[in-house]
Amino acid sequence: MFISNTLVYLIALPLAGAAILLLAGRRTDKWGHLLATAMSASSFGVGLYQLMLMLDRPTEQRPASQKLFEWIHVGEFKVDAGLLLDQLSICFVLLITGVGTLIHIYSISYMSHDKDRRRFFAYLNLFIASMLLLVLGDSYLNLYVGWEGVGLASYLLIGFWNQKPAYATASKKAFVMNRVGDMGLSFAIMIAFATMGTVSFVGVQEQVSQTSEAALTAIGLMLLVAAAGKSAQFPLQAWLGDAMAGPTPVSALIHAATMVTAGVYLITRSNFVFDAAPTAQLVVVIVGAITLMFGALIGTAKDDIKKALAASTMSQIGYMTLAAGLGPVGYAFAIMHLLTHGFFKAGMFLGAGSVMHGMNDEVNMRKYGALRKFMPITFVTFGLGYLAILGIPPFAGFYSKDLIIETAFDAGGAKGIILGITTLIGASITAFYMTRVMILTFTGTKRWDGDAHPHESPWLMWLPMAILAIGSVSSGYLLSRGDALENWLYPLFDHSDEYQKHLIEPIIVSGMALTMVAIGVAVAYFKYARQDVSSTAPEDVSIFTKVARQDLMQDRFNEAVFMRPGQALTTTLIATDQAVVDGAVRGVGQVALSSGSALRGLQNGYVRSYAAIILVGAIALIAAIWVVVS
Amino acid sequence: MDASNYLYISALLFTIGAVGVVVRRNAIVVFMCIELMLNASNLSLVTFSRINGDLDGQVMAFFTMVVAACEVVVGLAIIVAIYRSRRSASVDDASLLKR
Repeated sequence: MFISNTLVYLIALPLAGAAILLLAGRRTDKWGHLLATAMSASSFGVGLYQLMLMLDRPTEQRPASQKLFEWIHVGEFKVDAGLLLDQLSICFVLLITGVGTLIHIYSISYMSHDKDRRRFFAYLNLFIASMLLLVLGDSYLNLYVGWEGVGLASYLLIGFWNQKPAYATASKKAFVMNRVGDMGLSFAIMIAFATMGTVSFVGVQEQVSQTSEAALTAIGLMLLVAAAGKSAQFPLQAWLGDAMAGPTPVSALIHAATMVTAGVYLITRSNFVFDAAPTAQLVVVIVGAITLMFGALIGTAKDDIKKALAASTMSQIGYMTLAAGLGPVGYAFAIMHLLTHGFFKAGMFLGAGSVMHGMNDEVNMRKYGALRKFMPITFVTFGLGYLAILGIPPFAGFYSKDLIIETAFDAGGAKGIILGITTLIGASITAFYMTRVMILTFTGTKRWDGDAHPHESPWLMWLPMAILAIGSVSSGYLLSRGDALENWLYPLFDHSDEYQKHLIEPIIVSGMALTMVAIGVAVAYFKYARQDVSSTAPEDVSIFTKVARQDLMQDRFNEAVFMRPGQALTTTLIATDQAVVDGAVRGVGQVALSSGSALRGLQNGYVRSYAAIILVGAIALIAAIWVVVS
Repeated sequence: MDASNYLYISALLFTIGAVGVVVRRNAIVVFMCIELMLNASNLSLVTFSRINGDLDGQVMAFFTMVVAACEVVVGLAIIVAIYRSRRSASVDDASLLKR
């Protein structure tokens, strides 16, 4: 293992930025955003430098580590605050700092009218630092610190405009649902420590062969709960739609490109656990498949452009989770889809932000229309992202999504057919709702509210969109050319045993996928481009649309199954506490008090009554002795 | 004469004294009732001495008389002091400890 001393700068730079901006307060209002952007960019620079160093080293020497300090040392339990940069982490480091820097640049302009712009940038830097710690930690415990850090940053940024109660509620909802997942992660760490005695990635990997499958399955399932919470996977998916309350750059960075993919990172990072626990792996696949359909179905009914994109994010992460659950073959494809998705989805979110910027923060797509002429750059960059997510060759999504569909079919048997068909239908629905977004936003007739004056965004905003659009076009090809990413990640995910046995020829899979996409596009075209779209959502819709508009009843389900029984439980517990526990304590006091006041009556101050009591007592005593003796 | 008759008289005197302590208000009368009880016990002690044929009970009776004499000195002094300050010798009036 190569020892490096410069890894810490990746985290330290943005963390210092956040600290300066938060501690120095309003004094930094004038230049805070520039400092934050510079910190993020220099972290990206360090990342590139590390990549260069890594490429110079031979394959087995590529992972680099750095021990920061001894963190916990209690008896046999020893955890160092250490960083690990390997082939998997570097992908994330570059994605986080790269996309992060672009979004910093975008936000300079997007947030320029907000008087709290400095605070926004401080949180963004805090997020970048936490996310880097998450992917660079060399043990589950270090990862956990970053994991909580991104949760905090996400909470702060969703509720950035917390003067609106609904937004504050949304951030609280996201935080609480994330806590459910965090609980899973802490359980996984505890089980790992109890059964293996270590929580470092290297240590756990070494111990896997000597650990029972039951323990590994438990760890795997708990890790999946954690991943589901952070990545908005079924059944902890309900927070992502509401998280769109945050400023749009936040949605692009945290809730599309980076933080929500932390779950996929966790699963791929724990590949050794899942490979040894087939049951947990199967559950991962099932969760991925359910979520990809779930998100896609919600996406078809949303009129809010950001919520439609959020549903799409959920669905695309479902694809990644599904791929990650397919074993060694799938990990690399999950990461590839994660990277390409990072480009095109961040690009589309920024595009949505650009549209909102020009339309007085209107998010309802039914109030858009015909924006192509007014926002040509946004239209082109959004369009490239659209082609990428659809999976049209040669755009990025074509490579990554087709590989996942192929792998799903390759799983073999009924499982392969079910997963393959699910991913194909998912692709078709994706095509439908993304086409709907495109048509409603950029083409057709003007359905604007009276005072809208759409205009192209300033260059600070369209430049990041353009760069991300270039990524949406080229990243898929670059990552899959000569299996570049697979070979890069090969030392981590050794899939030589089961690779290269395609059950269906890739070209046929691509053909099927493109056919399904074409069907989706055609349906959307005939439904939205050939007919007039009303500027208000029609009410006389089928039951399915109504259900989808309400996010497939996810909130009602949570309320009925968890919230109300939970509230009933707490009310019962409070009542029990007051009646039984407090009752016992108060009862003891009450008995002492009442017996005291009863006895107090004897102390009446009359000597004669005292004498009478003494007399009665003496007689009683003598009588008692007499009875006992005789 | 049966010695137990002395004990009956002693019990009778003691009961009269005890009832007097409980029912009478005047401190002097209460005091005299206490003396009556002491003398009742003296009578018992002397009777026991006679029954047992030794002098232990009579010695005890002397001790009781000494204690009773001391008690009379202290008790009468208290009663006189209370009477001077409160202009009353009723035991029910001297109930300051109650409050």
